Amino acid sequence: MREITLSQAVNEALAEEMRRDPTTFIIGEDVAEAGTPFKILSGLVEEFGTNRVVDTPIAEPGFMGLAVGAAMTGTRPIVDLMFGDFIFLIMDQLCNQAAKTHYMSGGKMSAPLVLRTNLGATRRSAAQHSQSLHALVAHIPGLKVALPSSAYEAKGLLKTAIRDDNPVVIFEDKLMYQDKAPVPEEEFLIPFGAANVKRHGTDITLIGTSSMVQVCEKAAEILAAEGISAEVIDPRTIVPLDEDTLLASARKTSRVIVVDEGHQSYGVTGEIASRINEKAFYHLDAPVLRMGAMDVPVPFSPALEDITVPTPEAVAKNARKLMSREMIHAA
Amino acid sequence: MSPANPPRTNTEDYLRMYRQMVRIRTFEDNANQLYLSAKMPGLTHMYSGEEAVAVGICEALKVTDKITSTHRGHGHCVAKGAEFKEMFCELLGKEEGYCRGKGGSMHIADQSNGNLGANAIVGGSMGIATGAAFTARQLGKDDVTVCFFGDGATAQGLMYEVMNMAALWKLPVIYACENNGYSEYTRTEEIAAGSITARAEAFGIEAHQVDGQDVLAVNDLAQKLVARARQGEGPFFMELMTYRYHGHHVGDINREYYRSKEEEKDWKENRDPITRFRTWLVAEGIASEEEIEAINAKVKIDATTAVEYALNAKYPDPVEVDMHVFTDVKHTLA
Repeated sequence: MREITLSQAVNEALAEEMRRDPTTFIIGEDVAEAGTPFKILSGLVEEFGTNRVVDTPIAEPGFMGLAVGAAMTGTRPIVDLMFGDFIFLIMDQLCNQAAKTHYMSGGKMSAPLVLRTNLGATRRSAAQHSQSLHALVAHIPGLKVALPSSAYEAKGLLKTAIRDDNPVVIFEDKLMYQDKAPVPEEEFLIPFGAANVKRHGTDITLIGTSSMVQVCEKAAEILAAEGISAEVIDPRTIVPLDEDTLLASARKTSRVIVVDEGHQSYGVTGEIASRINEKAFYHLDAPVLRMGAMDVPVPFSPALEDITVPTPEAVAKNARKLMSREMIHAA
Repeated sequence: MSPANPPRTNTEDYLRMYRQMVRIRTFEDNANQLYLSAKMPGLTHMYSGEEAVAVGICEALKVTDKITSTHRGHGHCVAKGAEFKEMFCELLGKEEGYCRGKGGSMHIADQSNGNLGANAIVGGSMGIATGAAFTARQLGKDDVTVCFFGDGATAQGLMYEVMNMAALWKLPVIYACENNGYSEYTRTEEIAAGSITARAEAFGIEAHQVDGQDVLAVNDLAQKLVARARQGEGPFFMELMTYRYHGHHVGDINREYYRSKEEEKDWKENRDPITRFRTWLVAEGIASEEEIEAINAKVKIDATTAVEYALNAKYPDPVEVDMHVFTDVKHTLA
């Protein structure tokens, strides 16, 4: 199978869906000729024109609000938010308006829009361009949240998102844009709420989101060399969450580590760990462990930044502790 | 009341405008009574006194045109064509309400008539209105969107972001600022520096100030601007000078610390939009006092009947609580 970058996968998904549905349009800062700072959208304005690849002023709440109204009245906006950190700027329009439109209208109106943005530290961009804020929006009922872990997921999940009648937020890992993965030439979609078992194992389950799937896979390699069989699962979407697949694995292996790049406290790792505790408690041989990003603003210095995110070595180390029945205490 | 260009020549149009204004006032009087008699959950914000604004503007719109409304939104909802029964049911949280009781007074919407909804965030619907106008441009429709908001919302940054984009892209949207003199419990002059219309003009948006207590003047201006917006000449900005008779909400009773009773009395006695229009209708021979009274009486009965219906209507079944979170999941928590 051919291999393309995550950036190319996103570009293909957008082009295919925009050809299919003339009501779709891209809106955001520097999305047209510039193709975004990451050059993800290069070529799209040439094919679809400036009416469908719409450059906006630097006004995130403004274009997000505009997208909500456009979605409510018959178009399908695909909003490009240059950095995930800017989500704080659009919270009212996303969480108070878009997320609640369908519910507050008793099911009569909806806001079918996609918000594409990113997450991920270790790009030396410091605290306002490095955050992984997906837990913030996953907390709000009415928003679906997808976290692609490779070019394949980035394409399949984005195409599904664009066809979804609800507001969907997709967080791409900005460090993975140039990473290649096998992506079929022919059209495909990836359904929401269907976790992917990336690696089968019997001793411990490693649940990873976004780029943490790779971290878990590398940890599994390390552990395999030591005779520990780790199962690696990518939930792909955290809203909806494929609880069944996660629980089945937890019941099988009896040990679970949840790895996510959001801050550990009050985050995705805590939510998934809690559901496993509630629903698979009697199958567990060890506490479900959370591994998120350190609860500090992301620091600039490489010497500091690199230690804020989970690494394969750290995941493997914790896995060994769980396997050896060593009690785990929070730091 | 004698506009240079009378916008309507048809008796029926005039009488419909009058009836709609009376319907708003009557709706609000009943809603207030429901609050005072503790029959309505929560609280609500009365539109009484501002009727000429909603009616003057909405009478210039087609059913397919869109509006966005505010926390003080009953007037816009009625003026855009909503029915009393579904409105009172919504205010009382009943199943037959416009939003099946999930929105209430502050989120009432009636998409069948193009009302995209009231909004409980001050200024929160400015992006939505601009986006609705963007849809018209994208799909090649000639719909016009009117964004209603109060003077208080002019302090929100979102307004300037979307006015900038609307002006850049010549979107068919009309920003209608209902300046009732008070930003919640604070005089507008204490929160608004400079001129409000000048802010729109800074973006190259044509802005007008109009007497919001004169329904013919409002309608005359609205008709012209709507027609021009439909031709692609938008956006436009209207500042409608008006007055809210009640407090910020129905529970805001003792308000002399920010507004005098004399001032309220003056607006009610000398500038009431319904009384002024009624006097004009009779003086012009468009309607007799008897016909006016008959309209008033009919509206009153309609309202009483709707209130009675809503009070006895069914609440939504508790199983509805996790419905409508997503379009494609019947029960999210099942």
